[in-house]
Amino acid sequence: MNGVAVEQEIEPQESLASFLRERLRLTGTKVSCDVQVCGACTVLVDGLPVSACTYLAYEARDRDVLTVEGLAPSDGELHPLQRAFLEDNAYQCGFCTSGMLLTAKSLLDTNPTATEEEIVEYMDGNLCRCTGYRPIVAAIKRVQGELA
Amino acid sequence: MASNTRKSPSAANGAASQEAVPDELGFRVVHHSVPRKDGPQKVTGRATYTADVHIPRMTYAKVLRSELAHARIVSIDTSAALQRPGVVAVVTGQDLMSLNMRNYGHAVKDHPVLAYDKVRYIGEPVAAVVAEDETTAQEALADIVVEYEELSAVITVEEALAEGAPLVHEQGYDQGVSPGHVDVDTSNKRSNVCQENHVRWGDVDAAFARAARVIKGDYTYPMTFAYPMEPYVSIADYTEEGLTMYSAAQHLYMVRNDVAGVFGLPLNRVRMITPFIGGGYGAKSYTKIEPLTAVCSWKARRPVRLQLTVEESILTTRADDSKVHIETAVDENGKLLARRAMIYLNTGAFAENSPLVSSKTAIRIIGPYLYDAVDITSYAIYTNTCPASSYRGFGISQIGLPAEGQMNELAAMLGEDSLQFRLKNLADSGQRFFPKKRPLTADVKGDIIKATEALGWNDPLPPNRGRGLGVLVTDAGAVPVGRSEVRVYGDGSVTVFSGSTEMGQGSMTVLAQIAAEEFGTSMGNVRVMQSDTALVPFARSTGADRTTTLEGRTVLQACVEAKEQIRVMAADIWEAAPEDIVLEPTGVMSEGRRMGWGEVIGKYFDLSDMEVTGRAHIRQKDEFAELPPWWEPAIAAVEVEVNPDTGKVTVHKLVTVADIGLAINPATSEGQDLGSATMGIGVALGEELVYDGQQLSNGSILDYRIPRFSDVPANSHGILVENQDGIGPYGAKGIGDGPTSVICAAVANGIYQATGVWLHDAPFTPERVWRAIREQRAAQAQG
Repeated sequence: MNGVAVEQEIEPQESLASFLRERLRLTGTKVSCDVQVCGACTVLVDGLPVSACTYLAYEARDRDVLTVEGLAPSDGELHPLQRAFLEDNAYQCGFCTSGMLLTAKSLLDTNPTATEEEIVEYMDGNLCRCTGYRPIVAAIKRVQGELA
Repeated sequence: MASNTRKSPSAANGAASQEAVPDELGFRVVHHSVPRKDGPQKVTGRATYTADVHIPRMTYAKVLRSELAHARIVSIDTSAALQRPGVVAVVTGQDLMSLNMRNYGHAVKDHPVLAYDKVRYIGEPVAAVVAEDETTAQEALADIVVEYEELSAVITVEEALAEGAPLVHEQGYDQGVSPGHVDVDTSNKRSNVCQENHVRWGDVDAAFARAARVIKGDYTYPMTFAYPMEPYVSIADYTEEGLTMYSAAQHLYMVRNDVAGVFGLPLNRVRMITPFIGGGYGAKSYTKIEPLTAVCSWKARRPVRLQLTVEESILTTRADDSKVHIETAVDENGKLLARRAMIYLNTGAFAENSPLVSSKTAIRIIGPYLYDAVDITSYAIYTNTCPASSYRGFGISQIGLPAEGQMNELAAMLGEDSLQFRLKNLADSGQRFFPKKRPLTADVKGDIIKATEALGWNDPLPPNRGRGLGVLVTDAGAVPVGRSEVRVYGDGSVTVFSGSTEMGQGSMTVLAQIAAEEFGTSMGNVRVMQSDTALVPFARSTGADRTTTLEGRTVLQACVEAKEQIRVMAADIWEAAPEDIVLEPTGVMSEGRRMGWGEVIGKYFDLSDMEVTGRAHIRQKDEFAELPPWWEPAIAAVEVEVNPDTGKVTVHKLVTVADIGLAINPATSEGQDLGSATMGIGVALGEELVYDGQQLSNGSILDYRIPRFSDVPANSHGILVENQDGIGPYGAKGIGDGPTSVICAAVANGIYQATGVWLHDAPFTPERVWRAIREQRAAQAQG
């Protein structure tokens, strides 16, 4: 869990989102649609994005889970995507932001030179009702520019 | 590939590091795209929303909902549910009998906390189970047995207004806390009319009689859901000391009034706290699930959290759908003469804010145009569907297509360019286009010229493409009442206390910018405490784009008032006359001596961490006497492509204009406009809740599609028009409702240019567009 081993007894039907939010009190992972459509609850399991609302917690056994709380490399330092989201105002209410950041991280980890069309296609499963999305695309491109 | 022409915040007006350098208008912090105060919390997951709040001994509630659209409740058997292990309490309408009031509502008190005599729509709360955990509460719902006697129901406006239609409400109710601006019918009901509203001036019949051309049309606006990502959620803790609540509520003071009324509690014993809100757009304005959550806690004698799903949220509040008949008359020179319209809103089972929505449709359908005469009637109609309430712009979306779609169609009928036709008929800034209201406070003519220039209005059109424009105005700001406090500490730090909420719009940042500007200090030295009724001053609401303009004015005045107190203290310290003390940007000066604001406070009290509080309020008086406080334009221009074989519409270019007076934060202002336009694109292209008989058939995110990344054009451009002509701080005017309302009309004009077909019924789904094209081809083949 964000680089630290966690051992907990869980219920068989417990979702990863509920495990994170209720047991570990890692409330940065937000639950919106609860049916794996909106992307708000996206976390990375072994580097791949999953919807924590429908991903069973027990499936995360012996795997690396990354949530928004583990995104920054250290206290007082932000991940480049977090800095870019701030710089481009790629959030308003912030409820979709954790999922956006983690999906974007997965995109840049797997395809750092993604074209604009590829960014839009990859991110299309994450919903945002505030921003009109373009600032999020701009933030991702900003990070690509920094990496290049 | 088209590039994003929207400026990044750092490019827009100077980055944070430059905030100490005055810009061309002399501002150091305001009028700069400084970083948002809430940003670091929101990108690290630390930001607290209501669902993240945890109270010791907290229990969890789930709601049993009516499966019938209209029925009398004969009996409710909760005995089996109560025996289920883990269940703490079961609440039904019977529990309401010992309360001060069973109903709530800020317009009219027609909304039962829980259904107690009959149910009025499928999805209405009938009972709630409180349990030690959410799963137990959910499972126990199945143990409750409700016996109903079914009644015939009305789902559409036509059914509700038919002769002998069953009544959704048989009796009248008391008015809520907001009388005066919502003329609801509180008499005993003999019809399903919730509210009837008229706007009239001039002799409309005579104007139509002398018209050279008249255009008539019928339009529909779909039933929609604002869809904040954060579903409704509340936590209540009812104790002998009073009620403390956390809720995702835009207008926490109005919620306080409603829940205080339910229990008969004095205002000071209801504490409403609103953490960060995960989006609202009107859907979280006014009271929703708070009375039910509070009653659950009152009965269970434990703190209770009620967290709805998205599906339940849709069943809690949607937006009104509308049917509009509209006619517009012009003279032989193409000058507008008169407009008349009949507007019918399907308001659902309870009034909620629909009376205000209805009254605003009647004002906003007129637009910022010059008419000799208008005659507009709007109705809010009760039906057995889920209740409708505010949606971004209070009623303007429901009339955007008839108002501006017909304007486009009229221009085409006259053979005129729709831009030129508008320029000929729009009011000028300062012109009183609407009797007894404030003259127009925006340069809408200049604005639409800017919009069309940015779009490339006269560029050659590629095949299957078309362009369109829309311009409307809202009488923004709601009621100009509010107050703020600003505390200055001995160390020079400053805290702003405001009753407004932070729902993503950036109020926390903008209010801090004003205080930082006034005290000549940095953003980091200003803190904003918001939305806790026990601690911060009253705010009527956070809506109608009022916070920057109205609350912002009170923050500015409170800063000035605090500085005046400090002036008097400095005079005492220096044994000088107060009028000889000069207020400088960062402190006071007299005869070459200088002290910072905090230094004065420390010296005056001989206590370095003492403080001074400045207070200010506004009310509907003096410069705020005339309503509205400002007119807010909604302006957008689009270029669309229509696939003639599939009917699919794609928005390729988008231009929005915000006539903002002065952008306190240009980057967040542009963000508001793009977000608003995106909501409009959603309705134009596909958003629609559909009733299949008495049942909402697509009330889930699986079936109700909101815009995604791929729906927003990369070529989108936001223009801020800053004439410093607003009533807000430094000449600012609120924005945020933005261009949502005019997108449908602009897209419809684009579809017409691309295909020759006028569409009157939103959304313009591929099927609807394809059918319209086919019908037109068939008619042409015949004709």
